[in-house]
Amino acid sequence: MLPPWLTAPGRRALVGLKIVVFLAALGPLAWLGAGFVTDQLGANPIEALTHSTGEWALRFLLLSLALTPLRLLSGLGWPLRLRRMLGLYAFFYAALHLACYLWLDQFFDWPAIGRDILKRPFITVGFAAFVLLLPLAATSFKAAIQALGGRRWQALHRSVYAIALLSVIHFWWLVKRDIREPLIYAAILAALLAIRFASRLKAAPSRL
Amino acid sequence: MLIQRPQDIAPSEITTEALYHGRRSFIQRAGSLALLGSSGLLADTALAAPLTGFRPGAPLPADKPTRLKDITSYNNYYEFGLDKDEPARTAGALKTRPWTVTVEGLCNKPRSFALDDLLKLAPLEERIYRMRCVEGWSMVIPWVGFPLSSLLKLVEPQGSAKFVAFSTLADRAQMPGLQRPVLNWPYTEGLRLDEALHPLTILAVGLYGETLLPQNGAPIRLVVPWKYGFKGAKSIVRIRLIEAMPATAWNTAAPQEYGFYSNVNPDVDHPRWSQATERRIGEFSKRKTLPFNGYAEQVAALYTGMDLKKHF
Repeated sequence: MLPPWLTAPGRRALVGLKIVVFLAALGPLAWLGAGFVTDQLGANPIEALTHSTGEWALRFLLLSLALTPLRLLSGLGWPLRLRRMLGLYAFFYAALHLACYLWLDQFFDWPAIGRDILKRPFITVGFAAFVLLLPLAATSFKAAIQALGGRRWQALHRSVYAIALLSVIHFWWLVKRDIREPLIYAAILAALLAIRFASRLKAAPSRL
Repeated sequence: MLIQRPQDIAPSEITTEALYHGRRSFIQRAGSLALLGSSGLLADTALAAPLTGFRPGAPLPADKPTRLKDITSYNNYYEFGLDKDEPARTAGALKTRPWTVTVEGLCNKPRSFALDDLLKLAPLEERIYRMRCVEGWSMVIPWVGFPLSSLLKLVEPQGSAKFVAFSTLADRAQMPGLQRPVLNWPYTEGLRLDEALHPLTILAVGLYGETLLPQNGAPIRLVVPWKYGFKGAKSIVRIRLIEAMPATAWNTAAPQEYGFYSNVNPDVDHPRWSQATERRIGEFSKRKTLPFNGYAEQVAALYTGMDLKKHF
């Protein structure tokens, strides 16, 4: 008899779990919103909003990337059913992050935004990451998978690795001097990729 | 030449509400410290105390001062931690008395000044200055201090002195941030002698009418309002008159990003972000950044003939 967390939850339990995760993932937004209206985000609340939404986007992205390594390491497969939601939350927070930049930082000054994207590498890579996220979010539902075909859909969605890498670089290039936090995200991403790579090496040594 | 204009905001006006609330929080802090520690700790610990007898010396019309709460909780002071809210939490116990500032180098009368000597060295003035951080935000701070020139003239700089170098406190026992080699400790800054002697350049000992809190650079710090904020070395212990341009902390750390002069300049972007606009703390919209932080009329002449894009 397997311990209960190793067995896949039943249909109803999974729906319940999804609702819980869905609501929990809105927590950071609720917390930021409440902090904003009650003046608890410090002296520079707009910077706090921008940074925080960006970090949550990166966290959800890495969470969505952690489920396959989790399965590879522990055999726990059912959490993969939460992957789409986590990925879409990464997109959701990335969109909020971009909105902070376009509205609160640049006030929709499109020429300035264009120059920024071309001239500043950290904006360039951050923007590239968001643009690459768009097709993934747009093809995240069942009909899109069927329309594309599983193989092509999967190939498209492999760009998530590039997106994660660009996101970490975006964070790294933004900080003035203190690289501790971007370093942590870089280490997590490296570990997640290493687990996948090691398991592929094991599965098909002849191909590599 | 400094243009003398009547001050548009009386100190009594700006210090009313914010300072009133600020005083209460200082008193609360003093109370909680007293509960936590011995009375000896309290006596040695830097807490804001009212400064008296300073005169309204700000010759320039300034903008509305930033909230005291924001000035004292949003600080770049890496010796006390890298996050902006950290210094307010970790700097409270900084021992600011006794404190001496040694002034030496190419001068006829080098000497050490006790803090009390410095406080009596020249009449204290209130100067409401804009402070533009290189990161793209700004504040308006009602400093209390005296011109750096009053101090430098006392030691009689020699003709060969061309620069002034500032060294700040680097005490591992008191400053947790020093464990990280993010910058070369101690933090150093420098000015050309004529910049240092300019009447706008002050040594600040207080803000909002009270002594400085550690997170703002207690007990004495440099304020050069037309330069990016990091030029304003905090908690100064040594001032040297020298012939060659000194090494400075940020310039050493990233020379392509932070120049020696670091005059506020909307036309010279930081390599990683624009300097054309700034977010004034407490405001929603961004403001256009002004050349020399709006003090061009007073200081632009210092740089006549210089290519400010090269000497950024």
